[in-house]
Amino acid sequence: MRNPAEIIEQRKLRQRPKSGPSNVIEVEDLVTHYGDRMILKGISMEVRENEIMVIMGGSGSGKSTLLRHLMALEHKTSGTMRILGKDIDTVSRKDFLDIRKKLGVAFQGGALFSSMTVGENIMLPLYEHTKLDQKTMEIMARLKLQVVELAGFEDLMPSELSGGMIKRAAFARAIVMDPKVLFCDEPSAGLDPVVASALDDLILDMRDAMGMSIVVVTHELDSAYKIADRITILDRGEILMIGTVDEVLASKSERVQALLNRTPEDDTLDPDEYLSHLVGETSPGTARL
Amino acid sequence: MAQRKLTAHDRIESVGKATVGFVEAMGNGGALIGESVFWLLFGVRERQPVRLSAVVQQMMEIGVNAIPIIFMLTGTIGVTLAIQGIHTLRIFGAETQVTVGIAFSMVREFAPLITGILVAGRSGSALAARIGTMKINQEIDALKVMGINPTRFLVVPALLAMLVMVPALTLFGMFVGLTAAGFYVNADIGISLAGYAADTIDILSVDDLGHGMGKSCIFAVLIAVIGVVNGAGVQGGAEGVGKATTRSVVQAISAIIVTDMLFAFVATR
Repeated sequence: MRNPAEIIEQRKLRQRPKSGPSNVIEVEDLVTHYGDRMILKGISMEVRENEIMVIMGGSGSGKSTLLRHLMALEHKTSGTMRILGKDIDTVSRKDFLDIRKKLGVAFQGGALFSSMTVGENIMLPLYEHTKLDQKTMEIMARLKLQVVELAGFEDLMPSELSGGMIKRAAFARAIVMDPKVLFCDEPSAGLDPVVASALDDLILDMRDAMGMSIVVVTHELDSAYKIADRITILDRGEILMIGTVDEVLASKSERVQALLNRTPEDDTLDPDEYLSHLVGETSPGTARL
Repeated sequence: MAQRKLTAHDRIESVGKATVGFVEAMGNGGALIGESVFWLLFGVRERQPVRLSAVVQQMMEIGVNAIPIIFMLTGTIGVTLAIQGIHTLRIFGAETQVTVGIAFSMVREFAPLITGILVAGRSGSALAARIGTMKINQEIDALKVMGINPTRFLVVPALLAMLVMVPALTLFGMFVGLTAAGFYVNADIGISLAGYAADTIDILSVDDLGHGMGKSCIFAVLIAVIGVVNGAGVQGGAEGVGKATTRSVVQAISAIIVTDMLFAFVATR
């Protein structure tokens, strides 16, 4: 792992001008359950315009679930959520579709449609939501592929791309409608450091050049230090802290430091409790692996 | 490790779970049909029309590509019916009446049944596998975030294509089966092809044709809905997709056979 101070120093060199503090996503007291299990326990946070918000946390902390809520893919138990100024509980179907058109997502595995070429994948949102002619859509797809440095790959099938290229193609599809908010789920996972760093640069470029707000879920510390304007740290379904990279690094919280230093938690596991958990006799939260 | 003996409580619980699962699957299927009808009728108003190109593509996969296998199997069934019919009627010296049995069996029963079972095995399983794979690869989520309704984008084209192609294949199967049987009858007992065709047309009514075609429409909906519900319910990885695919074929074929019996009972009494 690289020295955090070095990464932050490099990051400051490309710090963007601060814009107004308007929020693109606002979450208040979000609670969600899977069955009887409470996954998110009253999350409140906001994502500001033109910022990169990184969500971090250990496995099972609820970060992927939170991301799915931010993308309006899950039903919550309680709480309120506003996306682009609209309360998603009360928004009309038409407005909800308009909101959807302003969101882009690059999933961890790319989620490219395997029966379509790369170009067709990228053109799909244009085909579905615009009345552009085929030629214009092809040009736009080529332009987006240039942005992610995949020009000339539009006729290949996703199965013919490497892991890094699939992620880039997924970014191209995510930005083809010029979204206001881009969601990235583990963009660097499974990639070698060089490709991962290039993807981090791409995320920064999208914020700077396209003015997007970007929400990134990751547990790659180097990547988080490099790209984050602010970091939300989740633990066991609760927010431990939200702050800038400097604030997070300076945090006195033991749990935050344990996560940053990758220190295993000192939970003593009672064998009986563990067995009870395995056969489902207690709630999963009571016996942690 | 010794296996724990199942208690009465365990058995009742498993029956209860299976019942809840069945009711849930029925509910999902009903909701899916309702949602599909909604997108078909109001898709344009909602600015998400059902794309004709997607329907045509599905029709090619479900229908056109299945023509060779339907041709082969319905032809074989037609000849088998002729062989068995002649063999049975010869006992009574009435083998010249074989056309009656062949015509009714093929049009009312075998063509829709064989076509339904083949499409369930070929396309119903493919639909379950496709949707299951898309689900575990987060492609369904990607569609939702892009503002593309997955039912409108994936299910409605498949359902429409099934509704057009299963009856069309059934009609084709009827023709092939009857023709193949005609050739055998001509070769075995010497009834001319023209005479066989005239007898067949005389015997069959529009009602008989409607019986077969009506069944095939119901089979089409069953195959599509069972495929989609199983695909959408996939959990886990590739193993989950495999299980869902197998389950969808077994359920679709079972549903087709049970529906066939119920339809015959209601329509012929």
